[in-house]
Amino acid sequence: MSLLEVEDLTVTFAQKGERPFTAVDKVSFTVEPGQTVGLVGESGCGKSVTSLAIMGLLPKRGNRVSGSVRFAGTELLSLSDRQLRDRRGSDLAMVFQDPLTSLNPVVTIGVQVAEVLERHEGLKRKAALAKAAELLDQVGIPDPHRRVGEYPHQLSGGMRQRALIAIALACQPKLLIADEPTTALDVTIQAQILALLRQLVAGTDTALIMITHDLGVVAGLCDEVNVLYAGRVVERGERHELFAAPRHPYTNGLLASIPRLDAPRGERLHPITGSVGDNIPWSGGCAFAPRCSNEIGVCTETAPELIDTEGRLLRCHNPVALVKGEA
Amino acid sequence: MSLVEVDDLKVHFPIRQGVFFDRTIGHVYAVDGVSLSIERGETYGLVGESGCGKSTLGRAMLRLVEPTAGTTTVDGTDLGSLAAEPLRRFRRRLQMIFQDPLSSLDPRQSVEALLTEGMRAHDLATDKAATARRLRELLDAVGLGANALRKYPHEFSGGQRQRIGIARALALDPDVIIADEPVSALDVSVQAQVINLLDDLQREFGLTYLVIAHDLAVVRHISDRIGVMYLGGVVEETTSEQLYREPLHPYTKALLSAIPVPDPVTEDSREQILLTGDLPSPSAPPPGCRFHTRCPWRQETRCAEERPELVEFAPGHRVACHYAKEIAAGEIVPHVVPVQDSVSSA
Repeated sequence: MSLLEVEDLTVTFAQKGERPFTAVDKVSFTVEPGQTVGLVGESGCGKSVTSLAIMGLLPKRGNRVSGSVRFAGTELLSLSDRQLRDRRGSDLAMVFQDPLTSLNPVVTIGVQVAEVLERHEGLKRKAALAKAAELLDQVGIPDPHRRVGEYPHQLSGGMRQRALIAIALACQPKLLIADEPTTALDVTIQAQILALLRQLVAGTDTALIMITHDLGVVAGLCDEVNVLYAGRVVERGERHELFAAPRHPYTNGLLASIPRLDAPRGERLHPITGSVGDNIPWSGGCAFAPRCSNEIGVCTETAPELIDTEGRLLRCHNPVALVKGEA
Repeated sequence: MSLVEVDDLKVHFPIRQGVFFDRTIGHVYAVDGVSLSIERGETYGLVGESGCGKSTLGRAMLRLVEPTAGTTTVDGTDLGSLAAEPLRRFRRRLQMIFQDPLSSLDPRQSVEALLTEGMRAHDLATDKAATARRLRELLDAVGLGANALRKYPHEFSGGQRQRIGIARALALDPDVIIADEPVSALDVSVQAQVINLLDDLQREFGLTYLVIAHDLAVVRHISDRIGVMYLGGVVEETTSEQLYREPLHPYTKALLSAIPVPDPVTEDSREQILLTGDLPSPSAPPPGCRFHTRCPWRQETRCAEERPELVEFAPGHRVACHYAKEIAAGEIVPHVVPVQDSVSSA
C-alpha cells in the first residue's frame, strides 16, 4: 500500500454570480514511503491548491473538493476537523513559501516548535522547549538555546525557513509537503535549504512532496516528477527519464525556454507562445493546444487522457517524438 | 570612451533615530565604491543577492537616489553636475524598466496615455499624426496589437504588461536602458518571450543595456559582460563566457554552484560549494574583505583586515580577492567555515 494515494482529486472554486473555476482537475498520484515526488508547473496550474486540499487547509466556503485522498489507508477528505487536526503536524506536515507570514510574529520560535510537541506528543512545556532547541540544532540553526527565546523578526529569511522546517519535522511526520519552500530565498540560501531537506529525508521513511515552479530544483531532488498544466497532470516520469526526453510539448517547451547556466552564450531561447489563460480549460479540447507547437486537429476537439506510454504517463494526442538513442 | 562610466560611486543611507533631534546613528552602506564602464551597444549584467546594492546602484546612476560620492558619466556628460531641468531633459536618453509591471504602470491611465506621457514631457508628441504613427511602431516593436492603446494595465497578462513597460521606455528613443529585474516576476515560459524581445530590440535600435537581476542564469544569457556584486561592491567582472568557465572570486564560485540546473545528470554530479550563514547586514559590513565571514578560502592574513581592490587578473577579467591567483592555481583549498551567528536585526 502506498503512503499517500490521491485519486481524481478535483477542487472547484465557485463564487456567487461567477462561473465556477476548476483549479485542480482529477489529479491522481501516489507517494511511497521515503519517496520524493515533485509537482511542477507555472502559476495557476493548481499545484498549491492540490497540496492545500491534501492537508485539508482549503477554506470551508466557496469551494468543492471531490475525489479521494488516502493516507496510509485512511480517507482524509472524510475526516472531521478534530480528526484532521490530530493528523496534521504528526502524520503530515507542511512547509510554506513565505516563512514570515507562516510564523506567528508575537510568539517565540521555541514556543512555536514546542506547541507541536505539546499537542501531539503530550510533552510538558519545559521538556518541549528542550526538545525544540534540539530540533533547531538539527536543522542547522546556530546557538539554538538562545534562538528558542527569539521572535521571528529577529531571524533572517533562511533561518526562518529552517525554523519552519523544524516545526514541520518535530513529530517525525511520514509525509512532508513543501510548497515552494525556497522561492522567497536567495540562491545561496536556497542551496542551503535544499541540502537540508535532502539530508533530512534521505535514508528515512519520510516522504516529501516538493511543489515548485523551478525545474532545476526538481531535477536535483525528486524521484518522480509530475508536470501540471491548467489543473491536470500532463506528464509524469522518473526524473532522469523525464529530463532526458520530455514527451509532452509543454514539458519540452518549459525546458527549452529556461536560460541555462551551462548553455553557450548567444543561444536563443525558445519560449512557449501566449500565456496561461484563465478560462475553463479542458472542456472541448486540450488546454495547452492554443500554445502548443505540436497541435493537430484532434487537439481542439477532444481532451486527451493521461495514458501510460512506455513507462511514462502522458496526456497528449501528439507527443514530442523520441529521438533515436535517447531514453 | 565608454558610453557609461561609473567612478567610485557610493550611496550611504543614514539611519536616523530620535524624536526631536533626528540624530544619525549609522549608515547603510548600500553601494560602497563601485566603478564600471559600459560600452555602446553592449549588455552589462549586474548580478547579486538581495541587499547587495544592485538596484540602488542602478537608481543612483540615474540620480533617482542621490549618490553620496562618485560620478556617473554618460556620453561625456557628468550627471552629477547637471541642475534639475537639464538632468530631466538628459534622462530622456536613460530609461528604466522595472520589475513589477503592475505597480510601475498607473492603473488609471490607458496604454496610450502611459506611452505618450513621457513623449509629452520631452516635447516629442507635438504632431498628432506622427505620434499616432510612433505609438503603432512601438506596440509593433514589442509585439502588441494597435488595439492595446485604449486598454488599461489590468486588462493585460504579466508578460504583456512588461511589454508595455518596455514600450514606454522605448518611446523616448533612449541610448541606455536600465532594466531592474525585468523578468523575475514572470512565469518561466513568459520570461523567455521577454528575454528574446529585449534581445531583438537591442539589435534593432542599437540599445545599450544595464540588466540588474538576481538570477545568474538569466543574466548570463543576455549579458556580454557581468559584474557580480556582494554587499555594496563589485567582486568580479568579466565576460559572460569567462565568468561561467573560470570564476575566480570565491563568492562567484559559490553563486554558480548554488544555481539549480534543470538536468538531473549535472545536478547529481556537480560539486556544490555551500556557503554557511547569511549575508551580513549592510549597515555593519565586516571589515576587510566583505566576504571573508563566509568565504571557504579565507586565509589568516589580509582577508579580515584589508579590503581587496577590484584589479585586473587577466585582460578583461577583474576580481577583488587577495588570493585570486592562489585559488585559481589550486594552491589553497577550501575549508569548512564555522557558522558565524550574525545577529540580524529587523
